[in-house]
Amino acid sequence: MTINPKAVLAAAIVLLAGTLPTTGLALEQLDAPETVTIDAISKLYGPVEFSHKRHSQLARCKDCHHHTTGQQDMDPNCIRCHANSPEKMVVSCKDCHTKKMFYPEQVTATDNPNLYHIDKPGIKGAYHLNCIPCHVKKNAPSGCEGCHAMTDAGKKMFRTDVKGKAEGAKHHE
Amino acid sequence: MKTLINRRKFLQGGIAASAAATVSLAKKSQAAHFEGYPDSMGVLVDLSRCVGCRSCEAACNQEQNLPTPEKPFNDFSVFDEMHHGQKRRTDETAYTVVNRYDVPGMDHPLFRKIQCNHCQEPACLTSCFVNAYTKTPEGAVIYNADVCVGCRTCMVACPFYIPTFRYSSAFHPRIMKCIFCYDTRLSKGKPPACVEACPQEALTFGRRNDVLNMGRQRIRENPDKYEDHIYGEHEAGGTAWMYISPAPFDKVGMDTTVPKEPILNFVKDFLAIVPMVLTIWPALFTGIHLLATRKDKLEQSKKTEGEV
Repeated sequence: MTINPKAVLAAAIVLLAGTLPTTGLALEQLDAPETVTIDAISKLYGPVEFSHKRHSQLARCKDCHHHTTGQQDMDPNCIRCHANSPEKMVVSCKDCHTKKMFYPEQVTATDNPNLYHIDKPGIKGAYHLNCIPCHVKKNAPSGCEGCHAMTDAGKKMFRTDVKGKAEGAKHHE
Repeated sequence: MKTLINRRKFLQGGIAASAAATVSLAKKSQAAHFEGYPDSMGVLVDLSRCVGCRSCEAACNQEQNLPTPEKPFNDFSVFDEMHHGQKRRTDETAYTVVNRYDVPGMDHPLFRKIQCNHCQEPACLTSCFVNAYTKTPEGAVIYNADVCVGCRTCMVACPFYIPTFRYSSAFHPRIMKCIFCYDTRLSKGKPPACVEACPQEALTFGRRNDVLNMGRQRIRENPDKYEDHIYGEHEAGGTAWMYISPAPFDKVGMDTTVPKEPILNFVKDFLAIVPMVLTIWPALFTGIHLLATRKDKLEQSKKTEGEV
C-alpha cells in the first residue's frame, strides 16, 4: 500500500491533534488518504487504485472501518462491546484482517478461549464481502474485472486461452 | 399338487437361517460410532457468500493438473448448461463444479459448489474391497489408483454422486475425485486450492469443530439470513465439507433425504453375513449333496457287484 504525501501530512495533523480532547470527535474524511493502492494480495488480478476520497463521500467511515474511526457503530451486535470504542491508532484494513487466512497460525487462533471474533474474514474476504454488496446496491461495477484487471497468472489459471467449445472432443492422454 | 421345494425357496430358507444365526453376532460386532479424527479439518461453504465466479474451479483445475476445460473458467454460460436434464456434475475433468440456482422468492440467484464432502465414515471407503480409499487424520478421503481394480462400487455407494471414472483413458482408467488437495496442500498445513482462491471467503477452512462453531454463530447472529441447519453436520454420519444456506437446501439442489447416519450402518448387518455364507455354505451343501447321493451310489455299487 502506498500513501501519498498529502496523507502523510494529514496523518501528522491527526497525531498533533491527538493531544486535544477527542471525546465525541471522530477522524474526519479530510484526514484520510486520497487514494490507496490495494496490492497486498494482488496475484490473479492487478492492484486496485482505490479512490478513498470518492468512497468516503459515498459511504460513512464506519461502513468500512467498523468501530475504529470513532464513529459509533450502530450494529446492535457490535454495540454490545463497541458502544464507546474510541478511534484507533490503526485503521487500515490489513491491520486487522490477515493476508495469511486459513494457514496454521490463523487456524489455531481459536485455541485462545477469550477470542470473541472467531470468524473474522481475512483481507481478501473483507474487501470482497464489504465492497460487492454496496457496489451491487449502487449499480457500481460488480464483476471481477470491473475493479481489477486479470493478470497473466490469472489468465493462465482461468484458461482464457480456451475459446468456447473445442471442436471435436479433446481427450487427454 | 406339487410340494417340491424349488431352488429359490430353498436358497431363501438358507439365507434366513444364516441371517438368524448371525444377527446376534452382527449386533455384537457393530463398532461404536466413529466420531471422526480429533482436530481433523473441514470447510464451511456459505451459499449466501458465493457469487459464482468459478475461481474455485479454475484453482482446482490448475492445482490437480486436470485436463483443459471446454470453456474458460470466466465463461459463465456453463450455468445454463444441462446434461441429460441435470445441472453440471463432477466428472473426470473437474473435481468441483459450481451451479446456479434460481430460488423462488429470492431476487438473486444462489450458487453452490460441489465436490467430495469427505465424509467422516465414507461410503466409498467402506464399499471398496481392495481398500483403495483412506480417510486421513487431517480429514481427507484419498484414493490409491495403484490398488483400484476399477469396479466402480464407490460410485454407486457415494450418497452425493461424487466419484467419477476416467473412461476416456484406455490405459490409465481410474476414479477421479476431489482429494482435499491432500498431497500438495492439506498434508502440509495449507488450505485447499479452491479455498485459497475464493475471493468471497464463501469457503471457510479450519478444524471441523471450529468451522461448525462459525456456522452456528453465523446462523445465531443472522437468524433471518440463514436456514437453521448446517448440511453435513450429521448428513451421511457427518462430513468434513458442510454448507449453510439462505434458502431451503432442496431448493439449491441438495439431497435432503440423505440419511443422518453413516451409509455403512445400513450394510453392516448384511456384510457380517457374507463371511458366514462363504465359509459355512460350501461345507453344508457339500454335506447335503453327499448324503443325498449316498443311496444312489450304494445301489450302483450293489448292481456292479451283482454283474460281476
